[in-house]
Amino acid sequence: MFSNRLFNIVVPIVSVLLGLIVGAIIMLFFGYNPIEGYLALWNGAFGNMYFFGETIRQTIPLILTGLAVAFAFRTGLFNIGAEGQVFVGWVSAVWVGISFDLPAIIHLPLAILVAAFAGALWGFIPGFLKATRGVHEVIVTIMLNYTALYSSNYLIRNVLSEGGDRTEPIAETASLRTAWLSETFGYSQVHWGFVVAILMAVLMWFLLEKTTYGYELRAVGFNEHAANYAGISVKKSIIVSMMISGAFAGIAGAMEGLGTFRYIYTHASFTNLGFDGIAVALLGANTALGSSLAALLFGSLKVGSLRMPPLSGVPSELVEIVIAVIIFFVASSYLIRWVTLRLKKGEK
Amino acid sequence: MQIIDLLQSMMPMVLFYSAPLIFTALGGVFSERSGVVNIGLEGLMVIGAFAGITFNLGFADTFGSLTPWLSLVVAAIVAGIFSIIHAVAAVSLRADQVVSGVAINMMAIGIGVFLTREWYGKGQTDSIIEPFYTRTIPVLSDIPIIGDMFFRGTYYTSYVAIGFAIIAWFVLYKTPFGLQLRSVGEHPMAADTNGINVTKIRYIAVILSGMLAGIGGATYALTISLSFGAATISGQGFMALAAVIFGKWHPLGAMGAAVFFGFAQSLSIVGRSFPFLQNVPTVYLIIAPYVLTILALAGFIGRAEAPKANGVPYIKGSR
Repeated sequence: MFSNRLFNIVVPIVSVLLGLIVGAIIMLFFGYNPIEGYLALWNGAFGNMYFFGETIRQTIPLILTGLAVAFAFRTGLFNIGAEGQVFVGWVSAVWVGISFDLPAIIHLPLAILVAAFAGALWGFIPGFLKATRGVHEVIVTIMLNYTALYSSNYLIRNVLSEGGDRTEPIAETASLRTAWLSETFGYSQVHWGFVVAILMAVLMWFLLEKTTYGYELRAVGFNEHAANYAGISVKKSIIVSMMISGAFAGIAGAMEGLGTFRYIYTHASFTNLGFDGIAVALLGANTALGSSLAALLFGSLKVGSLRMPPLSGVPSELVEIVIAVIIFFVASSYLIRWVTLRLKKGEK
Repeated sequence: MQIIDLLQSMMPMVLFYSAPLIFTALGGVFSERSGVVNIGLEGLMVIGAFAGITFNLGFADTFGSLTPWLSLVVAAIVAGIFSIIHAVAAVSLRADQVVSGVAINMMAIGIGVFLTREWYGKGQTDSIIEPFYTRTIPVLSDIPIIGDMFFRGTYYTSYVAIGFAIIAWFVLYKTPFGLQLRSVGEHPMAADTNGINVTKIRYIAVILSGMLAGIGGATYALTISLSFGAATISGQGFMALAAVIFGKWHPLGAMGAAVFFGFAQSLSIVGRSFPFLQNVPTVYLIIAPYVLTILALAGFIGRAEAPKANGVPYIKGSR
């Protein structure tokens, strides 16, 4: 019989393959050569150092939003609000970046910490409302996404700039980019955020798997009543979990603000980092390592897709469809399990 | 007097901003009342807008002034079919309904913009030539005060939306089908024991929500944006979802909430021209619908209780 652990590996791989096959079928249907299309995608993601640097750059915030969603899932919560937490983190990081004059050794960590704190605060609201009033966190976080989007636009226009559409760039001391790193990667926008992302992934793994507190948080996710009976404060755990989750997403925003852009501009709509984070977490089976790998996959798909139109004529939106199909199959893993079990039975 | 003037000049705008929200929120009510969470309303609106605009562009010459109405029908059919994906995942394959909804949203934008590029060679379609036009209703518009508010310079779609809300209320509360649908959302096992086909009802509800959200998206496209691109429906579907909850999962409540949100949206646009609103930053009006929904959920503005089995896949035989 297949064990659960094996399913956790089989389901994502099968889903990714099915997603890519659907993408190939769509390309064939519209008269493109799928091999050419995917080759363009591959070259656009890993073809040279520049593209590889861009892929890493795109992967960094995806790892962090993926961790945010995964952490929440593991503790029995659904954080669909990473989108908004990214905004508050981004705004706060840029605010620290432009308004303080400090040595880099303090300035950069401070900016990241403030972003994490802002994200945690944004996560506190749904956590608090769920713990004390039993309100489902999904709706609250969706509503907070829009609140964050429009509020941060307001702050950018009225507080962080003089009515402009973007802020001034952050101080060098708060920047995650260095000339050497950019040069090595063909003058791409890659930045040191990948170290932050990897550290955070290790931190999440350690917290959840190796500490008693992490075990308690997970226990609440497994069964609230049993956790309560065991003497764990369920309410506190829910709030803390949501705050940690929000902090991860806030740091993702800091990566955009301190690394990729080094300023913040007014957004007409979401960055989609939060929604993609859901895909990342799901595909990564809600583990730190899995989410990091899934983030790399989606990061390379997204960056690579930009080379598809010039090289193969395929509109880059094909990748959005492929990612959506992958999520469908992971979410409907019941189907994959059912088919595999059928095949197993057939063998006997 | 100032308030009356304000209402008179704003009401037409409120009505046309709320029409897409009303349609979509009604869809949300059907789906959630049957126990299927539908975060995918946004994506279904995108598909509706896309179908409405492309049909309008392609067939404006053939159907003339009938085109916008036919566009709505086409949008309803296409989005209805598209919503079957959500139904299959959420009802038959027991997928996490929120995740499936997120996937619907991603896929809708992906497919919409992909096909736009394929067919028009760019990411944004041209403006349509047969949109809905504002109308002034004869006789009724001559009524003092109310005539100017409700019957001058509005779109027919706004009246259709309100009519749909009343029909939806009737269907949900006065017909056997409505009773079955609500019972499936509250206690699917009890419904199943009484011989109601839970799966079938939920499929119908999700497809209805797809059709209504499709009409909503097309209404937005044919009255407000007039073209289709990736940013056409940015957040309307989620605002409709907020209206469902703020309206406490009741069709007329959802309609009221949608009108209220439409009011907030138009205030944020025209508010500057009214002296007493000049000093209020528009951001408060823009975020009002979302903040109010959170407050409503938290029980500060009357408790919003979701249908009991909302979001829970029904597995026969499990307890």
